[in-house]
Amino acid sequence: MNGGDGRFAAARQHALFWPAVVLVALLAVNTAFSHGFLSIELRDGHLYGSPVDILRASAPLALVAVGMTLVIATGGIDLSVGSVVAIAGALACLRISELGDQNGVAGVLLAVAVALVLAVVLGSWNGLLVARIGIQPIIATLILMVAGRGIAQLVTDGQVLTINSGPYETIGAGYWLALPVSVLIAAGVIGLTLAVLRRSALGMLLESVGGNAEASRLAGIRSRWLTFAVYAFSGLCAGIAGLMISANVASADGNQAGLLIELDAILAVVIGGTALIGGRFSVLGTVLGAVIIKTLDITVYTVGIPSDVKLLFKSLVVIVLCLAQSAAFRAWVTRRRHVGSGGSGARVATGDDEKAGALA
Amino acid sequence: MQTADQSGTRDGAVLTMRGISKEFPGVKALDGVDFRLHPGEIHALMGENGAGKSTLIKVLTGVYDVDRGEIELAGEPVSFTGPLQAQQAGISTVYQEVNLCQNLSVAENIHIGREPRRLGAIQWGELRRRSDELLRRLRLEIDVTAQLDSYSIAVQQLVAIARAIDISAKVLVLDEPTSSLDAGEVDQLFRLLRQLRDEGMAILFVSHFLDQVYEICDRMTILRNGRLVGEHLVAELSQRELVGKMMGRELALLEPMDEEHRRPLTELEARPAVVEASEVTRSGSVEPFSLTIHQGEVVGLAGLLGSGRTELARLLFGADKADGGRISFGGEQVALHGPRTAMDHGVAFSSENRRTEGLVADLSVRENIVLALQAARGWARPLNRRRQNELVQKWISALSIRPADPELPVRNLSGGNQQKVLLARWLITEPKLLILDEPTRGIDVGAKAEIQRLVAELSDGGMAVLFISAELEEVLRLSHKIAVLRDRKVVAQLANSDDVDADRLMAAIATGGAS
Repeated sequence: MNGGDGRFAAARQHALFWPAVVLVALLAVNTAFSHGFLSIELRDGHLYGSPVDILRASAPLALVAVGMTLVIATGGIDLSVGSVVAIAGALACLRISELGDQNGVAGVLLAVAVALVLAVVLGSWNGLLVARIGIQPIIATLILMVAGRGIAQLVTDGQVLTINSGPYETIGAGYWLALPVSVLIAAGVIGLTLAVLRRSALGMLLESVGGNAEASRLAGIRSRWLTFAVYAFSGLCAGIAGLMISANVASADGNQAGLLIELDAILAVVIGGTALIGGRFSVLGTVLGAVIIKTLDITVYTVGIPSDVKLLFKSLVVIVLCLAQSAAFRAWVTRRRHVGSGGSGARVATGDDEKAGALA
Repeated sequence: MQTADQSGTRDGAVLTMRGISKEFPGVKALDGVDFRLHPGEIHALMGENGAGKSTLIKVLTGVYDVDRGEIELAGEPVSFTGPLQAQQAGISTVYQEVNLCQNLSVAENIHIGREPRRLGAIQWGELRRRSDELLRRLRLEIDVTAQLDSYSIAVQQLVAIARAIDISAKVLVLDEPTSSLDAGEVDQLFRLLRQLRDEGMAILFVSHFLDQVYEICDRMTILRNGRLVGEHLVAELSQRELVGKMMGRELALLEPMDEEHRRPLTELEARPAVVEASEVTRSGSVEPFSLTIHQGEVVGLAGLLGSGRTELARLLFGADKADGGRISFGGEQVALHGPRTAMDHGVAFSSENRRTEGLVADLSVRENIVLALQAARGWARPLNRRRQNELVQKWISALSIRPADPELPVRNLSGGNQQKVLLARWLITEPKLLILDEPTRGIDVGAKAEIQRLVAELSDGGMAVLFISAELEEVLRLSHKIAVLRDRKVVAQLANSDDVDADRLMAAIATGGAS
């Protein structure tokens, strides 16, 4: 009994505990409203079902959010990811639309590579502004956030650019071994990121720079390079996400693709337990956060919430989640509960004792 | 005398704490501690690092809530949920590190949160007038409209005290108020404290400077390992007895360094030079200076606060960029681009500001210790966990860092133990030149003696050390050679022979070294 309590208490201390609780609760709500919600079936060699839909919808957001996590770990922020999503998708689609054979794998791969290189270049631009020139991250990335939309529209000539390319569409809508390719790509990239962060010293150095930049510099960490690198990486993640999003709909929309994804990504990072001031970060927490956000979107439909109060509902859940995450808030709730029960009784008793003593 | 009369009675106390206990994950910081404070007394809270002084103060000032125990202020039981509440109840605190807003003016800092207002608008003229008046009363003549960070840490500290006093306090808590003040400023502070005591204020004074405690305090409470050791009148307890009570053992304190360490300078100067600085300068920071440190040599830097001691050290480490002169390490001239260049040549620098320039508070003790070594290896060559644990365990026990849990966030450690973590970080890099900027500031006698002994051992083993301290005795005890700074200029370099003592050093600091 005691051992069980101890394990539960230890689990509650774990960084991923509260996000996991919220996700389970959301899934429970969905199942209550729609009984087959959690069922997955194999149809034509593809897995189908709401959980698969949630993962597919989460894949691009999770990627963007993981890039954002590292940027936030250094104490920065990247507002330009939405624009990079749009530019990468637009450039890839433009290159493919110019191909003689849109189904040629080599041509598609080249288009993808060109788009990703550009995404890294754009991320590096942010890194340059922040790490080398010393512009505040929110301003530095705001430049590309605004200008990037313009660039994306220039690439597509202000039109929605539609293509018809089997290999390209696989990135966003295809299946491999019964699993959605976009989920596999996201899992691969995130798994690789985790491995590099934790097997090398990169994770610790990032947390150190985010925790105290000056102390890190004096300990010999080349924090400029690290800062530069995380922005470039964030660009790459946004680029991959951009390819997924445009491939899923076989078109590029410079205006709408990735719109406001930066806010969802920041939200995913926060839900995942990484503080916006930098320092300690949790990549897995962020992934969980992205899944929660997409589950929330689906919940709105399952529960049948009218579309005009959809955003209100979403924000309420987010507020509850953030409060549940806050140690200060939990301590406050616990204290209230104690005062309400045994605690106050004991306090009154001592007060009386003292009064009695004073009278005597 | 007045306090001696009151010490026997219970009702004279303005503040009574009974059976205070406070636990942190892995640390029992306070265990049933009693404490009382009378009006019109200056009361010292004594104990080693980690004895629970800071925790007791934070409980008293509402920063932490208590696990068990009760607090009575002026006869009323109180239970604070935050510093603001404690302040409103009449308990004001000035912390060791200045907790004011650097980017606001002096006057704004003094009145922040309680600005004089009319119809909701701040009355700026009134604000300035009141601040001026307050500071004049404290004989501190500064421009109250100037931004706070345009003044030295010492002046900022006095402003913090002025602010605390102005918030009509019954109880004034001073946590290491003198650790960044020079002698004249300490006198100024003490004059003020005596004035406040005579007006009936109860003052709680925490300091590691035993002499200062004996100079200013009437009574003291001693803690050890989170427990109360006793309460004594200062006049009735000798310094030696006090130290014994603080440490729980008798100790031949600060004994003179053994003969081996006192090598003659001529012998040391025959050895290879670890660092040679020639006409190194940075405008607005340090005038051109030349300094050579040989293997196994300890060079002390003496000078007043702000005389350029830290600035000189930072130039040798590449923390700031010199704009003139040459620096060679081991005979090789080096262009210092930053700390990493210096580290690659075997230089280590432990900053005086361990909170802002030393430790990463969120990271664990282990991570903080391996940080510099890991940075030097580069991110792609991680120290594996077993090697990390070995190194960290070795230095935790060698420096007796407490609590000895490498996974605890370094933020949870006391000041002295944090200092040891910082030292360990540099020692595992096995430097050839170790620069220590105020390594013993704000830490207790026991740890101080340990650190001094360590410095002596390291130099006996061949390490070159640049040792910076505001305490002349300490500089004299450890150094083979002493460089005296005055007004950002090296004015003298003295061999530390028998005829050099604190007076002679003081004269050199005062007159510019013409001796």
